[in-house]
Amino acid sequence: MALPAPPRPDMPSSQPIETKKVSEIPSTGRRSAHSSWASGETGDKIFQFGMLACGLAVLGTLALIVYELVLRSGPSWHAFGFKFFAGRDWDPVNEQFGALPFIYGTLVSSLLALIIAVPLAVGVAVFTTEMCPKVLRRPLSFFVELLAAIPSVVYGLWAIFVLVPILSNYVEPFLSRTLGWTGFFTGPPYGISMLAAGIILAIMIIPIISSITREVLMVVPQHQREAALALGATRWEMIRISVLRNARAGIMGGIILGLGRALGETMAVTMVIGNRPEIAKSLFAPGYTMASVLANEFSEATGDLNLAALIEIGLALFLVTIVVNALARLLVWTVTRGQPARANA
Amino acid sequence: MPESEKTSTRNPVPVIALRRRITDHVMTGVAVLTVILVLVPLFAIFAYLVYRGVGSINWAFLTQTPKPVGEAGGGMANAIVGSGFILALASVLGVPVGVGAGIYLAEYGRNRLGDVIRFTADVLNGVPSIVIGIVAYSIVVLYQKHFSALAGGVALAIMMIPTITRTTEEMLLLVPRALREAAYGLGIPRWRTTLSITLRTATSGVITGIMLAFARVAGETAPLLFTAFGNQFWNLRVDQPTAALPLQIFNYAISPYDEWHRQAWAGALVLIVLIVSAVAAVRFAVRRGTFGAA
Repeated sequence: MALPAPPRPDMPSSQPIETKKVSEIPSTGRRSAHSSWASGETGDKIFQFGMLACGLAVLGTLALIVYELVLRSGPSWHAFGFKFFAGRDWDPVNEQFGALPFIYGTLVSSLLALIIAVPLAVGVAVFTTEMCPKVLRRPLSFFVELLAAIPSVVYGLWAIFVLVPILSNYVEPFLSRTLGWTGFFTGPPYGISMLAAGIILAIMIIPIISSITREVLMVVPQHQREAALALGATRWEMIRISVLRNARAGIMGGIILGLGRALGETMAVTMVIGNRPEIAKSLFAPGYTMASVLANEFSEATGDLNLAALIEIGLALFLVTIVVNALARLLVWTVTRGQPARANA
Repeated sequence: MPESEKTSTRNPVPVIALRRRITDHVMTGVAVLTVILVLVPLFAIFAYLVYRGVGSINWAFLTQTPKPVGEAGGGMANAIVGSGFILALASVLGVPVGVGAGIYLAEYGRNRLGDVIRFTADVLNGVPSIVIGIVAYSIVVLYQKHFSALAGGVALAIMMIPTITRTTEEMLLLVPRALREAAYGLGIPRWRTTLSITLRTATSGVITGIMLAFARVAGETAPLLFTAFGNQFWNLRVDQPTAALPLQIFNYAISPYDEWHRQAWAGALVLIVLIVSAVAAVRFAVRRGTFGAA
């Protein structure tokens, strides 16, 4: 909204300028001290620069994150190069660092979470926008968004004391009896496992995927639905043909946004995944993720190379989530063009 | 589903209609089932939290500092206050920048730079919290040479800024242009219009954004692990390690002691009551708010 600056007389009375904003821009602050404090022109300029500084601070923060991560991971990059991402050894004592088990754990737990969460989240979104009685709409979406308000550490707490025992007593024995032949569900059912991490992640990303999907479904024009119904489609056919198909890109965006969240999620996963840097085919085996190794070892890192290696894992995690999030934002933007998507609202 | 369409060209009408109606009902059932499957964990978490938490909250929990391992009693008072302290630091650092950036985007940001900042804010929103912890560690802790409340505050502030920026922008853009023009017509400078007319009109919306950001970071643990670090004692100094409720819950949850598990549940209940009441209050305020009419 480019507002035309209307011509106006200078204000005769002096207006107190917010000194906090001024102090952020020392140079303009000095200039304003001369005489034209009160003049609208000067005040406008100072104010605009102050706000611009805040805006640039957002850019600066991202730049700072990149700068610090690149700078401080340098030693590890020089020592290992690309081998860092292919190595399987994580041995702080002998200063050998390879991140593959963590990358594997992050990818597998996130994919598992997506496999569980996507059908559920899309189903909930379809139900709340297309099927449910108007009265239920608000409470339902409120409840689902409440899931997003629960802190990660509380999910972890619940997972340790409720989810893990259920998994080890009922779910894992059942899965190994019925699906053990696939090789994904073998080994002792301890509960603390990749599977537990995937399930708790799924619960955590459902509200993100479902709220984005709901937003995207709501911008599908009403006449699309009416056209399908007028052709004699049943409600499900209408949803499939005219709603879901139109919203594909946006739903994809929501899913990728959920993936971004799952990749970076730390606490709940750390508490249930078992924290063992191994690559195992079975989902009952413990694993380790990039975020959890940071959580567990960062404050106890021995030596500069260890710290640098951990920060390099952080850098890799950062780059992956940046790419994933940027992709998701672009997809959502193409659908809800102009209306900013609110991932955390 | 494609099969049912194929048969629809061959079979007599009533059969198809039946088949399609059955599919319709089945899919409705599936949708209802997904809703139930999603709501079950939500209610399970809250029920278990209340069940384990209520019995463990007592006066000592809310007023005392942790006791050494093996001693019964003690509480998380220092962690509750410490969380408040870190959050206050984060708000002091994050809110002005976030609101300022939001004002820039809404009032001056209809250009390439505005788009870049908008996109950056969205991307920043998705940066894993543990990575933000690393950055706060390397810009604060490494210079101070020890963990501190300030480092925790910086980490949480970085997490608050993008949310506040985007909601502030949205809320300011909802203020009708006529209001701004009326102010200009009275000869009020643009900066003064923005602060006293536009921002004032959007106050409740902007506060909503701030509260949402606040609620989001209040439960964050990962960025505090190696910034605020935690503390068994009282601390209200900016440059010293400080206890925080989520950190304490984490440390107690992974400990092997039953007494600590009990306290972890109590802490989780306190934390979630604080957060959910903040979110619910915001929702209530938004629905009732004077802002919708503006």
